[in-house]
Amino acid sequence: MIAAARKSRPRFKREWITSYIFLLPALAFFIMFVAYPMLRGIYMSFFDYTLTSFEFIGFDNYRTLYEDKNFHKSMWNTIKLVVVGVPIVIIFSIFVAMTIYKKHESVRSLFRGIFYLPAVTSVVSVTVVWGWIYHPNYGVLNYLTGIFGAEPISWLGEPKTALWAITAILVTTSVGQPIILYVAALGNIPISYIEAAQIDRATPGQIFRKIIWPMLMPTNLYVIVITTINTFQCFSLIQLLTSGGPIYSTSTVMYGVYEQAFQFGNFGLASAMGIVLAVIIGIISIIQFKFLGSDVEY
Amino acid sequence: MLRNITVGKAASMILVILAAVVFVFPFYWIITGAFKLQVVATAIPPEWFPLRPVMDNWVTLFKNPVGRWTFNSFFVSVAEMAAICLVASTAGFVLAKKEFPGRKIIFTVLIAAMALPKQVILVPLFTMLADLGWINTYKGLIFPAIGWPFGVFLMKQFSQTIPTEILEAAKIDGCSEVRSFASIVIPLLKPALGALAIFTFMTSWNDYFSQLIITRSTEMMTLPLGIATMQGEYKTDYGVMMAGAALASVPMLTIFILFQKAFTQGITLGAVK
Repeated sequence: MIAAARKSRPRFKREWITSYIFLLPALAFFIMFVAYPMLRGIYMSFFDYTLTSFEFIGFDNYRTLYEDKNFHKSMWNTIKLVVVGVPIVIIFSIFVAMTIYKKHESVRSLFRGIFYLPAVTSVVSVTVVWGWIYHPNYGVLNYLTGIFGAEPISWLGEPKTALWAITAILVTTSVGQPIILYVAALGNIPISYIEAAQIDRATPGQIFRKIIWPMLMPTNLYVIVITTINTFQCFSLIQLLTSGGPIYSTSTVMYGVYEQAFQFGNFGLASAMGIVLAVIIGIISIIQFKFLGSDVEY
Repeated sequence: MLRNITVGKAASMILVILAAVVFVFPFYWIITGAFKLQVVATAIPPEWFPLRPVMDNWVTLFKNPVGRWTFNSFFVSVAEMAAICLVASTAGFVLAKKEFPGRKIIFTVLIAAMALPKQVILVPLFTMLADLGWINTYKGLIFPAIGWPFGVFLMKQFSQTIPTEILEAAKIDGCSEVRSFASIVIPLLKPALGALAIFTFMTSWNDYFSQLIITRSTEMMTLPLGIATMQGEYKTDYGVMMAGAALASVPMLTIFILFQKAFTQGITLGAVK
């Protein structure tokens, strides 16, 4: 009480000022390199903005995208990547985590490390080696499938297989973090819960559905949101392996943004694409939060 | 029933081991490929183990400015790492432990920005850097990453675990804010700072998209970017490309193996709601 009374107003003010000084560097960089570019991106999307022109055109960029066949194709590919890739990442991660979380610490960290390897490695190294593995003539994959009598396939060169070949690599680079999180979450489930259920003769399936799954919900939410956001932004794999080809069969929205801005010089149109992507990701994140977040409490 | 469970457990372990082999194989292929001549690398059936390892690929690789690229990668990553640790720890600390007007709004804005896709701002960021004349400079490569609020968020999460009593006691003893931050808070934040440092280094080293659009000249390229551009020249000379791929990932892999614990901690900490 006495201490509180002694806290006079100027003292308070001085504390605020110190707090703001501590906050200032981070805030300044944030405003300059994150907040401002975001607003500028929205602004730019209403302009015909190329190397030679800067002219206000209202919603024309958005109209162009609405009618652009290649953009539709990129959007469709992105959705395919998310709808196929994200569930594989989640199921695979939970499966691995369930298998290794009760093992000895050294075994656990060995597997955690192995599955996180592709995530720490530069995407360039990953694509260089996968490009070789997938090569129609010199690749290991065709050699292996050839042993079983399959015809050689140009995995990245054919519209039918290219996107799935990339999805496979994307999955290997995405599971590291989820596995670490699931192992941590499973480790936090009190062993007594599971033992009690076992004494009551609950089947492993029941234990998973009634105890483990609900306890994993907060982690699920985080992993699904993060994986979805990252998959939506898939770019480097595509730029390095196929440049969106053949005939836009592997182009994603993010690759489209890159192509429009840095190859064709249409900065306005590229910004509009970025905004559309951000809005879609925002809506999906909100839906995921609403849908999965309701029973996060336990 | 018990036997079924044991069989199931063994089967899932075998599946996990098989998956692990698939995950490790590309790295095995990079390392061994780096010591194969082109005729060996493109031979079918493949030579699973390099029987006559050669150094030719490395000689060819070093005809490119890989020394400069390596320097660039290290310089940019270390600078980003140091800057982020500094600004994130001070900001995270006051957001967690101090009362001041606007605190809640600032934190909410930072969190909301983190949920937005980072790459979406790259086009406007590029035009902005172009206006500043920062394209193809170290400034352009380093500064934008410092604005990303993940570090602030991580340090705020961790600062909340610091007992308020310690800070109060220091204040009563007449310790200034700056001194109590430097001599009390920083030592307590060390584990989290370690995790953040490693995480930032990795993100920066592997931030291919930003490096691709901000870099113009061969001398300013980072190591991964330089290796990527070599693909045009060496195409199916896989030995040389694997040597490059090995070089581009060895620093990260070494750090990862040495500090796996800090990595794991950083990831788990950053995920706390």
